[in-house]
Amino acid sequence: MGMTEVPYFTTRVDAVAAWGRKNSLWPMVFGTACCAIEFMAVADSVFDLSRFGAELLRYSPRQADLLIVAGTVTFKQAPILKQIYDQMPDPKWVVSMGVCASSGGFYNNYCTVQGIDQIIPVDVYISGCPPRPEAILEAIMKIQHKIANPKTTPSAQFQVKEPHFDY
Amino acid sequence: MDASALLETIKSKHPKTLLGSQDRFGVLEVSVDRTGLVDVARTLRDEPELAFEMLIDIVSIDYSQYPEWRGDRFGLTYLFKSLAKGHRLQVKVLLPEDAPSVNTLCQLWANANHLEREAFDQMGIRFVSHPNLKRILNHHEFIGHPLRKDYPITQRQWLSASQSLMDEMEPRLKEKGYT
Amino acid sequence: MRTEPQAPFESSQGLNSPRPKDKRELVYVNIGPSHPATHGALRTFCALDGETIVAAVMEQGYLHRGFEKDCESHTFQQVIPYTDRLNYVSAMINNVGFCKAVERMLHLTIPDRAAYIRVVVSELNRIIDHQVCVAANLLDMGALTNFWYFFNAREKVYDILEKLCGARLTSSYTRIGGMARDVYPQFADEVKAVLKSVEQSLGDVLKLVEKNRIFLDRTRDVCPISKERAIAYGWTGPTLRASGVEYDLRKVEPYYHYEDFKFEVPVGTKGDIYDRIFVRLYEMEESIRIIHQALDKMPQGPVMSDDKRVALPPKQQTYGNIEGLMNHFKIIMHGICPEPGEIYDATEAANGELGFTIVSDGSKNPYRVKCRPPCFMNFAAFTELIEGSMVADAIIALGSINIIAGELDR
Repeated sequence: MGMTEVPYFTTRVDAVAAWGRKNSLWPMVFGTACCAIEFMAVADSVFDLSRFGAELLRYSPRQADLLIVAGTVTFKQAPILKQIYDQMPDPKWVVSMGVCASSGGFYNNYCTVQGIDQIIPVDVYISGCPPRPEAILEAIMKIQHKIANPKTTPSAQFQVKEPHFDY
Repeated sequence: MDASALLETIKSKHPKTLLGSQDRFGVLEVSVDRTGLVDVARTLRDEPELAFEMLIDIVSIDYSQYPEWRGDRFGLTYLFKSLAKGHRLQVKVLLPEDAPSVNTLCQLWANANHLEREAFDQMGIRFVSHPNLKRILNHHEFIGHPLRKDYPITQRQWLSASQSLMDEMEPRLKEKGYT
Repeated sequence: MRTEPQAPFESSQGLNSPRPKDKRELVYVNIGPSHPATHGALRTFCALDGETIVAAVMEQGYLHRGFEKDCESHTFQQVIPYTDRLNYVSAMINNVGFCKAVERMLHLTIPDRAAYIRVVVSELNRIIDHQVCVAANLLDMGALTNFWYFFNAREKVYDILEKLCGARLTSSYTRIGGMARDVYPQFADEVKAVLKSVEQSLGDVLKLVEKNRIFLDRTRDVCPISKERAIAYGWTGPTLRASGVEYDLRKVEPYYHYEDFKFEVPVGTKGDIYDRIFVRLYEMEESIRIIHQALDKMPQGPVMSDDKRVALPPKQQTYGNIEGLMNHFKIIMHGICPEPGEIYDATEAANGELGFTIVSDGSKNPYRVKCRPPCFMNFAAFTELIEGSMVADAIIALGSINIIAGELDR
């Protein structure tokens, strides 16, 4: 304390906005299968997701900004995933949790979508079957890094790989 | 009741429908002609010495690639269990490829409804007089029956839109008196 | 089924006026398939008259991952990881169920030590399954603290399962003929310590819930099912026992020395949600007793059968002599080839009778595998259970029948 310390600091609006957004992510858990159980474990007190500010798990897409697709997405579920993604307001980020959501997992068959990036753009992929809770926390940190540095990390908004079906 | 006594009881009630019997690792399996299935099933449930109150499962099998198989293409195995007596039974019905249909057991066991829908969905076996023979596991725009041996495993089929379930809802509402 | 809710006051157009019989006046709502309380991807399409569900139609299949078709193109050992993902909250019970069926097909007896280890891990998994079911069910009612109590205890069990086989959730610990590896040296002591914290969590939850007015009002006499209807629907497991039928495969068709263990089977009376929750809580206590007995009785010895058809030879033999090398090669490349036949074998899983029908044609891949999921039968009765109740009751009823979508849709 003393007159040598300046009582205000300068910054930019987008940096402050990014700081606010990354520390108060509201995840929407689109949990379908086993990865949803591991996500419940991330949210419990041992691995504590709430210390990242992401405590408020919203089950309504209209109130969420981070979509975590946890589990296998089948063709029956695909239109619903797209609908949920469309209902989320911008800015939004998508985490594909587990190998089933990232690439179909070991279910290479007639009913499993081989990766949700065939339907919606994905920001971070987590591998693992199911991924360890620490891996999920690292993914959340990567999302936070992405939010804070939008110019240096590629945007996912225009990155749907080989969109298969025009919903 | 042990297997031979079970077999004798069923044979005495339905001598013509019973085609044969086999031992499946300690559980008796009887082969039944498909036209007589409902009568045999009713006897199994209602006869006090047999008392098979529970239908455990309905397994549909496609024998087209089974080595040295000389019977019909499709097999349906009904698994029964008696809680009161403690014995188990399997009933096998063989269905030909061109007309794989058999009468439904929905009126006898309530879970036959969903189990038969699954056999229809996965194998294409039709159940006559089933109240709601629709697909249950695959989506409604799926063409083909995936568990058949001639369906390639990686043949994927996209779904354009979820189905509205009003077609199933209307009969239910009618039952409840809503018009 | 609940009767019409009684109006607390008289009103000219309130609850006492004649109910509309026009279907256009009903509200149609989808509960699911993306819903926090559906515990998986299920869809219930309801016609609501106010808060009461007049008619409901269910749709499942949102997690149909083609387990049965995948089994036909993989060897018997390769099917074991697929079975993990069936009932993913108690994965080892599915492993045990499948391996038990194949071993019966091969007329193989596993060593005693392996049998006792299977009992211990099955009961541990039964405990964690019931913890998830009851925690999620209470969460739907708004009792969030119990969720944390149970999940903290669950994390400790996960630590043990992870030390055993490397993975927390999807374990693949059993092999055909025994177990993948032996338990680690401090296993028995650590399990006993964890069981203390499980008992502690169970005590905490019971303290919060047992005499809680809100809990009793929400679960007593809500969505009951009678004995006869439960049997007609093929219900097994805790949901059937809650309706008053004492049927537990561990007592009726015992396997793996269950006939030597002293344990009770809790049975309910009315088959309402209260009974279903409490049967599970008391079953957790019984499982703890079984684990203590099994740990005390566990003999020393091998954990894998020495039958050459299934057991990989020890590495000294694989690299040492040609017979060991060929044995190893044949098991890995040509697989386990049971004789042609069909078998149905069942175990008492956490949800009920989990059965596998395996048809083998003598080759290394099973010809047909059908899994008999206990919650498929539970879900078949769901519309009957909820029609006439309110939406809130339907949500808790869904939690009480413990639907695991991986098992339901396979």
